[in-house]
Amino acid sequence: MQHLGTLYRGREGMWTWVLHRVSGVAILFYLFAHVVDQALLNVSPEAYNRVIDTYRNPFVGLLEIGLAVVIIFHALNGLRIILFDFWSQGVARQRQMLYVQTVLFLLLAIPPTIAIGSKVIEELR
Amino acid sequence: MSVDVPPAPLPRGTAADRRQPKLGKSNFELYAWVFMRVSGVLLVLLVLSHFAIMHVFDGGLSRVNFAFVSGRWANPFWRVYDFTMLTLAMLHGGNGLRVIIDDYARTAYRRLVYQSANAVVIGLTWVLGTLTIFTFTPRP
Repeated sequence: MQHLGTLYRGREGMWTWVLHRVSGVAILFYLFAHVVDQALLNVSPEAYNRVIDTYRNPFVGLLEIGLAVVIIFHALNGLRIILFDFWSQGVARQRQMLYVQTVLFLLLAIPPTIAIGSKVIEELR
Repeated sequence: MSVDVPPAPLPRGTAADRRQPKLGKSNFELYAWVFMRVSGVLLVLLVLSHFAIMHVFDGGLSRVNFAFVSGRWANPFWRVYDFTMLTLAMLHGGNGLRVIIDDYARTAYRRLVYQSANAVVIGLTWVLGTLTIFTFTPRP
């Protein structure tokens, strides 16, 4: 028998659990910044426009794609967790559901990656 | 031959132990569990639509400025939409972080500090966001 040591290393289920926590905290911290930047709307139109202008560059574009990817993962994985709890087959079929989830993740990630990525490439040229 | 083995003492002060509901005590954790699922489904719809409108469709962020927001928030529908999304997101994210803190905080004192900081930051962010949405005056 293979010696695995004492460190628990689960399979897909453990890593999606870890990613769900990490992505959730990342989204929450982004939201704190997002609510503050939107608060500039009530400071002055110039203040708001100046800050939004600083977002129009390739680096923030890549962060924007990252935000989309993190949100899409957390959304789909959360729906899978709900199916564990409320669908009688949910736990038994968790691995098949993860395959479906991965396909949906890739499909949903395409539009934002193309839309934002094309702007990033254009700005770099 | 049977030997009476005394039951192992329950581990004290572990997060899982603390989160076990006690009989006759409040059902807060049950309601929190239900809320995470209900708000989660609503947030999937609200947030993915919001992200598509603001970041993907029709040039995305490149068309967003004060005038663009003025146009959107001239319609009360988008103010209610954004307020609903803000409220659900703060409660969903705040509760998620509460559960994570309960898992990793090592002493009662640190738990109190982290949970208080979480509650204060969530509350302030919700108040700031709500004020932003409802005190905004659209200008052409």
